Amino acid sequence: MAGTKTVRITYREAIRQAIREALQRDPRVFLMGEDVGRYGGCFAVSKGLLDEFGPERIRDTPLSESAFVGAGIGAALGGMRPIVEIMTVNFSLLALDQIMNNAATILHMSGGQFNIPLVIRTTTGAGRQVAAQHSHSLEGWYAHIPGLKILTPATLEDGRGMLWTALQDPDPVLIFEHGGLYNVEGELASDAGAVEIEKAMVRKSGTDVSLITYGGTLGKTLRAAEELAGMGVSAEVLDLRTLRPLDAEAIVDSVTRTHRAVIIDEGWRSGSISAEISARIMENAFYELDSPVARICAAEVPMPYAKHLEDAALPQVATIVETAREMVGERG
Amino acid sequence: MALQADSPPQSALERQHSLLLLREMLRIRRFEEKCAELYSAGKIRGFVHLYIGEEAVAVGAMQAFDPDDAIVTTYREHGHALVRGVSAPSIMAEMYGKQEGCSRGRGGSMHLFDAATRFYGGNAIVAGGLPLAVGLALADKLQGRLRLTACFFGEGAVAEGEFHESMNLAALWKLPVVFCCENNLYAMGTALKRSESETDLCLKASSYEVPAWPVDGMDVEACEAATRRAATAVRSGGGPCFLEFRTYRFRAHSMYDPELYRDKQEVEEWKKRDPISTFGQRLQQTELLTDEDLKAIEDQVAAEIAKAIEFAEAGTWEPVEDLTRFVHSERK
Repeated sequence: MAGTKTVRITYREAIRQAIREALQRDPRVFLMGEDVGRYGGCFAVSKGLLDEFGPERIRDTPLSESAFVGAGIGAALGGMRPIVEIMTVNFSLLALDQIMNNAATILHMSGGQFNIPLVIRTTTGAGRQVAAQHSHSLEGWYAHIPGLKILTPATLEDGRGMLWTALQDPDPVLIFEHGGLYNVEGELASDAGAVEIEKAMVRKSGTDVSLITYGGTLGKTLRAAEELAGMGVSAEVLDLRTLRPLDAEAIVDSVTRTHRAVIIDEGWRSGSISAEISARIMENAFYELDSPVARICAAEVPMPYAKHLEDAALPQVATIVETAREMVGERG
Repeated sequence: MALQADSPPQSALERQHSLLLLREMLRIRRFEEKCAELYSAGKIRGFVHLYIGEEAVAVGAMQAFDPDDAIVTTYREHGHALVRGVSAPSIMAEMYGKQEGCSRGRGGSMHLFDAATRFYGGNAIVAGGLPLAVGLALADKLQGRLRLTACFFGEGAVAEGEFHESMNLAALWKLPVVFCCENNLYAMGTALKRSESETDLCLKASSYEVPAWPVDGMDVEACEAATRRAATAVRSGGGPCFLEFRTYRFRAHSMYDPELYRDKQEVEEWKKRDPISTFGQRLQQTELLTDEDLKAIEDQVAAEIAKAIEFAEAGTWEPVEDLTRFVHSERK
């Protein structure tokens, strides 16, 4: 924005700023997880925070995902505002019982008596050659669960701004940070702060096709849109930002403008969030469509280690361009 | 020091307290006998797990906890709720599924919740409540509040990872938790000796540096004394304690259990140690209890239960339009 002072910053630093601000603003906030303190965080997100806030508020935990996520739920019930860091989404499976059977259900099971203001942050996604047990994209899977909110910050603004809003929420919020984003660098307004967390956002306007995505694939999708522009195809890029609640209105609005939709999702295709989006389009915008909805998802295979195979398993710019190009071409 | 003229002598206080313990155990017994009848009559559905035979544990232990302590328990929790002070009518209405129930009919028998008495539920995942208790205690510690969290669970929980993770975390962070393990010898139908290589439960807790000791769970006074000792230790800030209450469930695991896994003879042997009749006999032998007292208590309890049933019968069904309430908090 013209006239706005900006700073050069990485996604990692933006998130660190958000955590620091939360700790400064609210004494009930504390961060807990594996290696968040002395080590500085597996992805160096919390580096330096231990010195600034001390071990009570930057709390290293044993490798006990179920216990420390459950303890986060209990601490939230006890009046705190915990930020629980699960090192990666892959390990969140060890805490799934607590997330699904407690965090997502206690408000309902207690007839509205006990809410759980808990924020869980975790790293998600593939693309770093770390093979099948460290490459899951399960955010869409978590979005299946009523009672949770699922955020996928894909930009510096959202990395910086979603955490504070999530902490104001009376109920559990899960934030999925794509591992490929931490080193992304860019300009961020020096006064950047909290952002709303319930609306999808058009990152690039267009008229021929809607490219619907979130999180780690937003960058690839924007690059694809640029290439498509060079070919005379005007692609709109919709960043969902939040997978639950899904902003169906924004999806329908975009498809109503472009009459075509390609969904780009790093999760597996079967039973995925991309399937949900496709169904919403069919339910709410069927007669707007000039072409069947297309999906570009991860191949249905545990993520392989070898780079050429991993690349082949993931959505890529070329595939997005080709799919959108063919779809628009069908109009003739 | 001379007693003031109007204060009752020590023996009268003791008698009063003994009668209270007896009355509380009888409240649970008669309430649950009625629940079984109402289940057969189709008034109560779902899973119902009776505590009959184990009453001394909840009644004895609960004497050691203050109103601002927190209670976390399991799906076999009618007894804990009743002794904690969750009203019998609101529990019965919950069993009926009525909106006047303590969880508005959203929880049922396994999920009794009550904010007023800091009763954090009825958790129906074995060991699922332990991490919550750790977190509630962590919140107290971080906020400098001198109160404790009592966590009840069955011996089946010691086979779960969450037991070990929670024991370690509570000890590591010196958190004020009294872990109350109700060892009734069977995890549903699996005998402890068939599922654990080490059947000494206190040894397991001790291995985490948690002070642990066994208690005769059929003796209400022993249960009270042991829990008072544990609560005093925990309140002094030394970290958690673990109590193994050796008890026995006289009824089936739930309403669908043909009890193929244990001998009738074994059940009969344990029934000789019925916590209510043995305590009643002891009180009569020491002339603390007369037949008239017992009749008065039984009448009182019967009246309370009759009122609870009346309340539940008169209760109303939550309108179906409200189905999706309490998925997210209604206050923002």
